[in-house]
Amino acid sequence: MSLIQYVRCFQGIMGREALRFLQQQGRFFAALVRPLVWLFIFAAGFRSTLGISILPPYETYVLYEVYITPGLLGMILLFNGMQTSLSMVYDREMGSMKTLLISPLPRWFLLTSKLCAGSLISILQAFVYLLIAWFWEVEAPWAGYLFLIPALLLSGLMLGALGLFISSMIKQLENFAGVMNFVIFPMFFASSALYPLWRLEESSLVLRDIAAYNPFTHAVELIRFALYGQLNLESLLYVLASGALFMTLAIWGYDPARGTLARKSGP
Amino acid sequence: MPESPALEVDALSFRYGTRVALDSVSFALEPGRFAVLLGQNGAGKTTLFSLITHLYNTQSGQVRIFGHDVRRASAEALKRLGVVFQQRTLDMDLTIQQNLLYFTALHGMKRSEAQERISQELERIGLADRRHDKVRKLSGGQLRRVEIARSLLHRPRLLLLDEPTVGLDLASRQAILDHARTLCRDEQLTLLWATHLIDEVADDDQVLVLHQGQRHAFGPVPEVLATTQTDTIRDAFQQLTGMTPQRSPS
Repeated sequence: MSLIQYVRCFQGIMGREALRFLQQQGRFFAALVRPLVWLFIFAAGFRSTLGISILPPYETYVLYEVYITPGLLGMILLFNGMQTSLSMVYDREMGSMKTLLISPLPRWFLLTSKLCAGSLISILQAFVYLLIAWFWEVEAPWAGYLFLIPALLLSGLMLGALGLFISSMIKQLENFAGVMNFVIFPMFFASSALYPLWRLEESSLVLRDIAAYNPFTHAVELIRFALYGQLNLESLLYVLASGALFMTLAIWGYDPARGTLARKSGP
Repeated sequence: MPESPALEVDALSFRYGTRVALDSVSFALEPGRFAVLLGQNGAGKTTLFSLITHLYNTQSGQVRIFGHDVRRASAEALKRLGVVFQQRTLDMDLTIQQNLLYFTALHGMKRSEAQERISQELERIGLADRRHDKVRKLSGGQLRRVEIARSLLHRPRLLLLDEPTVGLDLASRQAILDHARTLCRDEQLTLLWATHLIDEVADDDQVLVLHQGQRHAFGPVPEVLATTQTDTIRDAFQQLTGMTPQRSPS
């Protein structure tokens, strides 16, 4: 297959995801409501009880709304990554995943393209959220918004790859509720999204360690630093490494030679 | 040099855990033939299709499409293969054209060529004027015809159809079957048509009888009748498998 055929295939997958997105605008806005509820209600309520000391990348005391914004951007990516997982299980149950997988292009390319498409839609959502948050006085330097794009893309791909791997393991659509309880919530709460790690340390050292190893924490920190035009190298490397691991597992899961697809799909 | 068989399945076996789904199945289809894969539900038809389409990998044995091994040269093999799955695989919320364009992109086809092929194939099935309709608006028979049209867009030489008439009324079943036979005759396509309905087999077809994962017969219908010393394919199937074959519900 030639390079131009890869490009056409990528465009086709992007195009389909864009069309599905346009078909499901309700879902797009519903997904936006979630972080906005956290921003408007949760953050307002906890503003006075959760004091945040000065810690990088912040140079001064910040409002709680400002602190949790990178965490809520991460929440958009996390939920969308798992939504990708849901749509893949749905696609497989409905059979349309087969259309993708019988393409003569390599499976790793097809799956990565699908992830990229999902991540770009997440980025769009993240910026709509930031626009609304801007009116709520959550502002970042202009350069930060620019640096944010690659940080969101990498984090989105990492979380999407995790969702993809999970989707190769789930046999039925109903099991997605389990993913919510066992993946999304623990990842979100055991991270630096809502409170800095030193706060967790005050309550439990074990919990702090779990959060420090949680890839979602590093996605949030990568986003947090990027939003202020800075690079958190440790988080970048952690996101890259865990992204590569999840992607390898996802491709393994969908590999007809070794993966679980045949075993899971068997009658 | 003689042309490779359109499809060559060689000592193919597959297990789901300890359950044997296919047990050393072999056969070869010559180009331009219409072959019926006949077997009751659970005979191993869908597993065989999943292996031919490389959705599953072969555990033992080989599958070659026009000489290309689906495992080692899957791109070359899949380029020559068109598939209509038993499950519906069109996106119901998109239009016919959007669905077909997506498929052509997955095969790396140029947009202008894709548009031309879509027009030709929709013309052939009489749905050219409905290309901008949502798939959801189509009847069961029309859906199937669109799926067949889609499977032909990249000009495959081998077409697999897995129980394509399931859930259709009698008239639609016959229309789909006639359409497939016309394609085989006019386009010199090789077709493998999987079914559990005995009356979808015609006298000049090749037939492959699959039962409990094993090949019980393979060859032109007259040859199978001669081997089993029966007069009808229905009797032959009954003798080979000990099961009463199903007819189309009328």
